[in-house]
Amino acid sequence: MHTVIVGNGVTGVTAATRLRQLQPDWKITLVSGESAFHYSRPALMYIFMGHMTYEATKPFEDRFWRDQRLDLVRDWVTGIDIEDKQLVLHRNGRLPYDRLLIATGAKSNKFGWPGQDLEGVQGLYNLKDLRQLYKNVERTRQAVIVGGGLIGIELAEMLHSRHIHVTFLIREPSYWCNILPMEESGMINRLIEEQGIGLIRETNLKEIVDDGSGRVEAVVTEFDDRIDCQLVGLTPGVSPNTDLVKSTPIETGRGVLVDHSFRTNIPDIYAAGDCAEIVSRNGGRNLIQQVWYTGKKQGKAAGEVLAGEDTAYDPGIWFNSAKFFDLEYQTYGMILSTPQPGEQHLYWEHPSHRHAVRVVGADGCIKAFNFMGIRARHEVCERWIAERRTLEYVLDHMEEANFDPEFFVHHETEIVRSLKEQLA
Amino acid sequence: MVSAGVIGLGCLALAVSLLGSMPLAGTWMPFLLSFGLLSSGAIGYAWFAYKDTVPGIKHDGIMFGNTTHRGAIAWALGIALTGFYVVLYWWPEYLARAIALVEPLSLALSGQPANQWFLYGFLYTMAVVLFGFRMFMRYRHNRYHIIRTISVMFFQLVLAFVLPHLLRALNEPEFYFSYFWPLKYDYLFPGTVDYLVNSPGALGSFMVFWGAVCSFIATPVLTYYYGKRWYCSWVCGCGGLAETLGDPWRHLTPKSTVSWKIERAIIYAVLLLIILTTAVLWVSSTSEGALSSISAPLQQWYGFYIGAVFAGVIGVGFYPVLGNRVWCRFGCPMAAVLGIIQRFFSRFRITTNGGQCMSCGNCTTYCEMGIDVRAYAERGENIVRSSCVGCGVCSAVCPRGVLKLENGTSHGDRYPGSDKPLGALSTAVSKGARVYGDRDGYV
Repeated sequence: MHTVIVGNGVTGVTAATRLRQLQPDWKITLVSGESAFHYSRPALMYIFMGHMTYEATKPFEDRFWRDQRLDLVRDWVTGIDIEDKQLVLHRNGRLPYDRLLIATGAKSNKFGWPGQDLEGVQGLYNLKDLRQLYKNVERTRQAVIVGGGLIGIELAEMLHSRHIHVTFLIREPSYWCNILPMEESGMINRLIEEQGIGLIRETNLKEIVDDGSGRVEAVVTEFDDRIDCQLVGLTPGVSPNTDLVKSTPIETGRGVLVDHSFRTNIPDIYAAGDCAEIVSRNGGRNLIQQVWYTGKKQGKAAGEVLAGEDTAYDPGIWFNSAKFFDLEYQTYGMILSTPQPGEQHLYWEHPSHRHAVRVVGADGCIKAFNFMGIRARHEVCERWIAERRTLEYVLDHMEEANFDPEFFVHHETEIVRSLKEQLA
Repeated sequence: MVSAGVIGLGCLALAVSLLGSMPLAGTWMPFLLSFGLLSSGAIGYAWFAYKDTVPGIKHDGIMFGNTTHRGAIAWALGIALTGFYVVLYWWPEYLARAIALVEPLSLALSGQPANQWFLYGFLYTMAVVLFGFRMFMRYRHNRYHIIRTISVMFFQLVLAFVLPHLLRALNEPEFYFSYFWPLKYDYLFPGTVDYLVNSPGALGSFMVFWGAVCSFIATPVLTYYYGKRWYCSWVCGCGGLAETLGDPWRHLTPKSTVSWKIERAIIYAVLLLIILTTAVLWVSSTSEGALSSISAPLQQWYGFYIGAVFAGVIGVGFYPVLGNRVWCRFGCPMAAVLGIIQRFFSRFRITTNGGQCMSCGNCTTYCEMGIDVRAYAERGENIVRSSCVGCGVCSAVCPRGVLKLENGTSHGDRYPGSDKPLGALSTAVSKGARVYGDRDGYV
C-alpha cells in the first residue's frame, strides 16, 4: 500500500509518523515544494529575528526520515489524475498513490486592494515569504502592517527587532478584538504603543501607492491619510489553500470538504489541516481550524484513518496560545469577544497590565479561561471544563492551575478575592 | 557609550600596568584603576544595554552576531581564552606582571604574596560577578534566574574565593567547601586526606569529614529532592562561570544525536577513570606502595589531561565555539554521578504543558547541555535526561509557556518504569541508551 501525502507541514508530517507507527510496512511518501524537510512554521519569526537558525527550526534530524522510511519528494504537485490514481508533479513526472492525503495548508488573504501586487508588499506564511522579507527590509525604514491578527503582531515584532518603524492599520477599534474581549485586547494595544509602534484603529486600507518603479512608496487610508513606507505587510488572515483541487471533481467550499474522518467525496482521497473544511454532522457550521495545535491533532487522526482505523476527529475542548511581544496568552475553552447570552464573565487584571485572568461560566459551571502573562496548566483547565466544575470550585482551586516557573510571584490570592467579589 | 569609554580607560590602565614599568607596581592604585574601571564599565554596559528594554527574553540578532555565532571575533576569543589557560598552567612566569597587579588584594586577604592561582581565582570571580550582573539585567523578569544567579555569585565569591584565602591567613589548609570528589578529585586522595587529618587543629579533620559527607551523603540526598541543579547551576564554580560568563554562547552546544553519543561515551569514561584512580591510590597507600608504579602515573595522567586540559583549557577556552558547558556536558565526573541519580531516582523533572508545544525549537536551541528538549515537549513527555542541569532557560525562552521545572512529590511518575528505577538503570546499562522510539532508554 502506497500512501502519498501532499504537504510537509505539521498536519502532513504528523499523519505520516502516526501512519508509520500503525503500519510499519507501508510505503509512505511526502511531497513538498516549499522545503526539503519539515520545519516549524511558527518559528519563521525566530529565524528572521536571529534567535534561531533555519536548521534549528526542524523538529527532526534529517536522518529521521530515512530511519522511519518516510520518502521525501521535493516537488510541486500540479494536478491529480483521479482515474489513474496518480499525482502530476512539476518536475518529476507522475507519482502513483493508493491513498492520498491533501495537507496543503493555507495562504494569505488578499482583498483586491489597488497596488497589492507591488514590490515590497507581502504576507508572511512560508519560507518564500521569509526570503522575500529579507530582500524587502534591506531598504525599509518605515513599514505598514494591514490587518490585526497574530501574524500581524509577529511581523511587527520582527520588524521592530530590526529597528524599522511600524504602523498598524486595523479595521477594529482595538487589537484582535474580534477574538479577544476588550480588556485583554486593551492590554495588547498598550503593549504595542509601549514599543513605539503606531496603531491606527477603525481604518481601512484604500490603496497602496507605486513609487513609479513598481515598488511601494506609501499607503493611503480610507480617510485619505497617506503613510510613507517601503514595506507593506498584508496579514488579514489566511484561507484554505485549495488550488490543487480546484480543477478536480473533489468538492470544495471555503476549504476541501471532508467528513469527520477526513474523507473527501472521492474514494481514497483525504484532506486535513488548514486546507480542510470539516462538514458538520448536524447541519451546524462547518469546521475550519487553522492553528498549529489543531493541525497536529487533525494530522494524528488522519494518520489513523489512512492506516485503516475507524477514527472520527474529535475537536475536543478548544485551546490556543500566543505571545504578543513579551506577553504570553493562553486560552482554554471557547471565549468569544463579547459575552454570550447566559455567560458570566469574571475578570481580573494586575495594575501593571502584565497579568490578567478571565474566567467564563455558564449555568454556574466553568466554560472557559483566558490567561495573559500567567501560565496555566492545560490538563487542569481542560479537566475542570470537561467535568463541568462549578465556578466556586474553580476559584477555590485556582492555585492548582498555575504553571508559572518556580519562585515567580503568585497572584492567586488576589485573583480569587477579586473574582469571588464579582461572583457574589 | 560612556560605559564603553570607561571600559576603554580600564583596558588602558591594565595595559599600562602590564607593559610599562609602573612606579606604583604592587600597590592598590594600578589594581583599582584597571580592574575598578573595567568592572564599572562592564556593569554600566549591561545596565545601559537593557535598561530601556521591555523585560522579557531578548535574543535578537544572536545568530547574526560575530561574537555570538562563531564569527571571527568568537574564534579569536576562543584562542585567547585557550592561550590564557595554556600560559596559566604551563608558563606562569609570563604572568608575573599580572600577578604583581593583584598582589595587594592577596596580601589583604591571606597575608600571602599572590601567585598565578590567586590571579586566576580573582579573574574567575570577577567574571562570575560582572556577568552575573548582566544576567540580572537580561533575565530581570524571571525570578528563578535572579535567585539562581545570586546563588552562584555567592558561592563563587564567598566559598570559592574569599574563604579559602582567609583560611590561609589563619594558617589553615586552603579548602573549597563548595567542591567535592569526584569533581575536586584530590580531596579524597590518600595524600590530601593524610595532610588534612595531620594538620594542627581540628579543622583539617573536619574538611575530610565535610568532603566525604558532601560527596557520598549530601549529593544523593539533595539530588533525590531537587535534581542535579542544586549543584550544577546553583553552587558549582564551573557551572557558575558557565551560567554567567558563558550565557552569550549557550546556544552553540551541539544538539545532534551524534554529539549525545559522544557525550555519553566520554563522561562515563571519565567517571570510571577517576573512580579507578582513587581506588588504586588507596590500595597503593594502604599496601605500602604495592601499586605505586600504576597509581602515580595514573594520578599524574588524570591531573594533566582531565584536570588541566579538559576542565580548564577546553572547558572554558571553547565557550565561544562549542557553548558554555563543554566540560560539564562532556567531562565532569561529578555531573555524571549526579546525572545517574537524577535520571533514575530523583523527583526533579521538566514537565510539558499538555498539547501546547508548537515545535519552534527555542528550548532546544538555548539548552546549554545539548538536550533536544523539543523532542520531549512535542510528545508531551517529562524531560528526565541525566545531563539536564536545571538552569531553567528552556522554560524561560518557551514562547507558549510549555515547560516548567518541578520537584514532584515522588519520583514514581516521571517515566514509564520509574517504579523500578534499579531495573531501568540496569536496562540502560546493559542495552545502552536509545535515541528515539524507545522511551525507556533515554539517559
